[in-house]
Amino acid sequence: MPSITREEVAHLAKLSRLELSDAELDHFAGQLDAIVSAVARVGELPTEHVPPTSHPQPLTNVFRADIVRPAGTPVLDRAEVLAQAPAAEDERFRVPRILGED
Amino acid sequence: MSIAKTQELLGFDEALERYDPVMGLEVHVELGTNTKMFCSCPTEFGAAPNTQVCPTCLGLPGSLPVVNGAAVEGAIRIGLALHCEIAQWCRFARKNYFYPDMPKNFQTSQYDEPISYNGYLDVEVDGRSFRIGIERAHMEEDTGKSTHVGGATGRIHGADYSLVDYNRAGIPLIEIVTKPIEVPGHLAPAVARAYVTELRELIRALGVSEARMERGQMRCDVNLSLRPKGETKFGTRSETKNVNSLRSVERATRYEIQRHAAVLASGGRIVQETRHFHENEGTTTSGRVKEEAEDYRYFPEPDLVPVAPSREWVEQLRGTLPQSPTVHRRRLAAEWGISEFDMQTVVNAGALEQIVATIDAGAPSDQARKWWTGELARVANERGVDVGELPITPAQVARVVGLIQGGELTDKLARQVVEGVLAGEGDPDAVVAARGLKVVSDDSALLAAIDAAIAANAAVAEKIRAGNHAAVGVIIGAVMKSTRGQADAARVRELVLGRLS
Amino acid sequence: MYASGSDAIRRTAADLAAAIASGELSAVEVTQAHLDRIAKVDDKVKAFLHVDAQGALAAAAAVDAKRAKGERLGPLAGVPLALKDVFTTRGVPTTCGSRILEGWLPPYDATVARRLREADVVIIGKTNMDEFAMGSSTENSAYGPTRNPWDLERVPGGSGGGSAASLVAFEAPLAIGSDTGGSIRQPAAVTGTVGVKPTYGSVSRYGLVAFSSSLDQGGPCARTVLDAALLHEIIAGHDPLDSTSIDMPVPPVVAAARRGADEGVRGLRIGVVKQFDGEGYAPGVRQRFHESVELLAGLGAEVVEIDAPSFDHALPAYYLIAPSECSSNLARFDAMRYGLRVGDDGVHSAEEVTALTREAGFGPEVKRRIMLGTYALSSGYYDAYYGQAQKVRTLIIRDFEKAFERVDVLVSPTTPTTAFKIGERVDDPVSMYLADLCTIPTNLAGNAGMSVPCGLAPEDGLPVGFQILAPALQDDRLYRVGAALEAALEDRWGHPILEEVPAL
Repeated sequence: MPSITREEVAHLAKLSRLELSDAELDHFAGQLDAIVSAVARVGELPTEHVPPTSHPQPLTNVFRADIVRPAGTPVLDRAEVLAQAPAAEDERFRVPRILGED
Repeated sequence: MSIAKTQELLGFDEALERYDPVMGLEVHVELGTNTKMFCSCPTEFGAAPNTQVCPTCLGLPGSLPVVNGAAVEGAIRIGLALHCEIAQWCRFARKNYFYPDMPKNFQTSQYDEPISYNGYLDVEVDGRSFRIGIERAHMEEDTGKSTHVGGATGRIHGADYSLVDYNRAGIPLIEIVTKPIEVPGHLAPAVARAYVTELRELIRALGVSEARMERGQMRCDVNLSLRPKGETKFGTRSETKNVNSLRSVERATRYEIQRHAAVLASGGRIVQETRHFHENEGTTTSGRVKEEAEDYRYFPEPDLVPVAPSREWVEQLRGTLPQSPTVHRRRLAAEWGISEFDMQTVVNAGALEQIVATIDAGAPSDQARKWWTGELARVANERGVDVGELPITPAQVARVVGLIQGGELTDKLARQVVEGVLAGEGDPDAVVAARGLKVVSDDSALLAAIDAAIAANAAVAEKIRAGNHAAVGVIIGAVMKSTRGQADAARVRELVLGRLS
Repeated sequence: MYASGSDAIRRTAADLAAAIASGELSAVEVTQAHLDRIAKVDDKVKAFLHVDAQGALAAAAAVDAKRAKGERLGPLAGVPLALKDVFTTRGVPTTCGSRILEGWLPPYDATVARRLREADVVIIGKTNMDEFAMGSSTENSAYGPTRNPWDLERVPGGSGGGSAASLVAFEAPLAIGSDTGGSIRQPAAVTGTVGVKPTYGSVSRYGLVAFSSSLDQGGPCARTVLDAALLHEIIAGHDPLDSTSIDMPVPPVVAAARRGADEGVRGLRIGVVKQFDGEGYAPGVRQRFHESVELLAGLGAEVVEIDAPSFDHALPAYYLIAPSECSSNLARFDAMRYGLRVGDDGVHSAEEVTALTREAGFGPEVKRRIMLGTYALSSGYYDAYYGQAQKVRTLIIRDFEKAFERVDVLVSPTTPTTAFKIGERVDDPVSMYLADLCTIPTNLAGNAGMSVPCGLAPEDGLPVGFQILAPALQDDRLYRVGAALEAALEDRWGHPILEEVPAL
């Protein structure tokens, strides 16, 4: 019994916004199953009292002063940025119709 | 299973006979910092589209965030003012979901480690005090703004495409979440409003934000569920998004109570969903149904290091807290010589700040109070907005009061001047000039009008000559009519009596 | 020095910089020589995705002008460099080896690119890589694989195969890579070059297109340890635009490289990682590695064996953490603001256009990792996978801490095998992942690592890499040991290893 089914891959693809083909779904299901079985080995070590590490260096409280664009900050040229957009209109990024809400 | 999509409502009182409401309020406050949460772009309101952006707030590949220290300070001060505990160590987390307004397709927020948690805010309604529990107040960032083009104007549905401006993306937000609020049902809408009002006063007193709801600087989501009387289990809740005025908070709460009750009473089931409140109709409609629990895949933001405010810093910030709004209001009530109950009326009208500003601009407190809780509150209610959103400034109101006191306007004329200001005709002086509303203070002009009135009312004039001063009102009325209300009634009275003595 | 006289392309970066500073060569001449070389051989090697001839010649001319005015030049001024295409360069195409960024001209420079320009290093072009740095062979580039100049049928390692290959093909004396699980060191090993992953936080990640934020680190690639050190000092240092950047002085790596070459490693304590030996390691790799350890011992180093049991679980932990972070980092490629857009026909919604674009724009390895990471972060799986991996990370850090109480550096082979054939592991991700077995623990712990060539495996005549690992912020130790080994080996061989690269 594989730990990752084709249906699960389809769900992951949806969450990841990937419009996978049927062939890809089959292909990835097999591969992801093999990978997940391999990486599941992380569960072998006893870690009951081990805290997780999210950051490799123990830094804290790295804050920036509340100053608008101090020297050394990249300042963008709007025209340059919008020229790189797939579509722009009226000084804004033009995007296809948005479903849903907010 | 019946999913009620119709807008059937149960009567408010009937609903509360059968069900108890449980509320949860989530308020987002945009901090008034100079720069954004994670980059040094400016935050000014109303700038030209996409001019206040950089690689970071546009989510360009390779860009990285750096936390604005002033935003952390603001968050801690809000937490302290809400009597919260301040985390000794906390992290930012990524909330992953796709949305075109959100440049990185994750929102940098806080998840299970908020900077402030477990506090409260006291509010008063109908002379009763309620303690609203605060679950958490955490830091996050705002999204960009879409304009929907084509199809039905401005609405997402039916739009052909959208245009996105990312100036607002990355502006610091503090999300303040209450614990479940359970109050006597009939007071629930008023308590919801009172909480948001009180919170707004507090935010402004802290100086961390202007909290102008009409600009989206403060936005409220109303979570509501009902449970049948006598039961202990919470019902399914709806989440009404972006309720953007004090009045709407109250109306949305009331509406949802009635809607839930209608669905439940007819044997239906409430679906967990987000809903939209429509200001004009005062109704809510279904947004996105949460078919499955959202899976935001939160994890600690690796690009930002943990925040560990030192206790010294927290105590130093505690020292900067302003007088609590309650104490502040008690002091004002004493200064103005009014009762605490009258003061609550002022606060619940959302007019406290306007009144204080009007007094600062030179008006006596009773006059300032009278205008804001009387005429202006009435107009605001008529227009369905909060008084603060009316297009008249405290300075303009103070000027109107000054004109009355200088004898240049009567109360009646003053109302016309205010009407003119609200209609966008300019400053009070401009309205006075344009509409020709000055009191007729030239005695010779008045005397001409008085003589005409005496001639037209000879019998009454005789009575007055005979000593019946009660009859003088008839003459005065006639004079006021002929001068279109622009005469000072007291002066007219003096002149009439002088003429007929 | 690889060749005398005017054969500029074979000289070291240090030597070229000296020649430019003294006026023996102009920066334009040097740059042109490398552009000519690229024009001649890159059809075969395919190290570059974009050659910026115009920009490079202009930068070189500016160096010559500076010199003419008598201005002081920096230690690598005028020296050409190949920049991995994962760093943004304003107005110069940056694709990260992906279709989804084809044609993108970034509106800003990465901090690394800015520092290079400020130091008058001549950025000659952008090098090929596995798409978004995900891979160990450079076969995952959307623009075709890079070939290993030692054997054009073989991979140059990855993800920074382009940078490593450009050095061996004598297309550039310096290159920059990024190392998330070994992407600098592993290509260095299989191409016979030097690659360094500096301490996490010592080279700014601003403008380094993120694969896995808590693991990524830019670093120098070069043909000699000293060249790597000179480049290291230019790109490292605190950057207020990167919150994870360490606000401390850069360790004196150039001095350490000189000292290692001159004085060796007498008295240094070297730990051999027990976990990275034995089964699964090619005989030639083992042989060259152990010879090198003996060589160092012969130079007066004290050698001990170090047991780091949690290292056995580094690979699975890495293949949970890196995909998790990448699934989030790569969400921004949504066809809204930059890059590819597919299916915008007025009918498809934004949501659909995003999904169609990502389907068309990402290759299979990127899709695999995005989905794997999405899985590992999902509610219900988070604790067992991502959460557990972060705990294993703690255990690995503890193993390092314990080891560094006993020794100054740890050593191991950089990779279990020499370069494999193009196509050999393409459809077997799990076997492909083994290439990074020895390099990954350092990324998880955030400390420093280097790969330095230690000979050719007798069975296939391909380069073997020797890995040195040092505690965080002690990057200078890498250079001391690396330079000592390099000097001792060159002394034994009578020439640098790259003298043996077949002619292209």
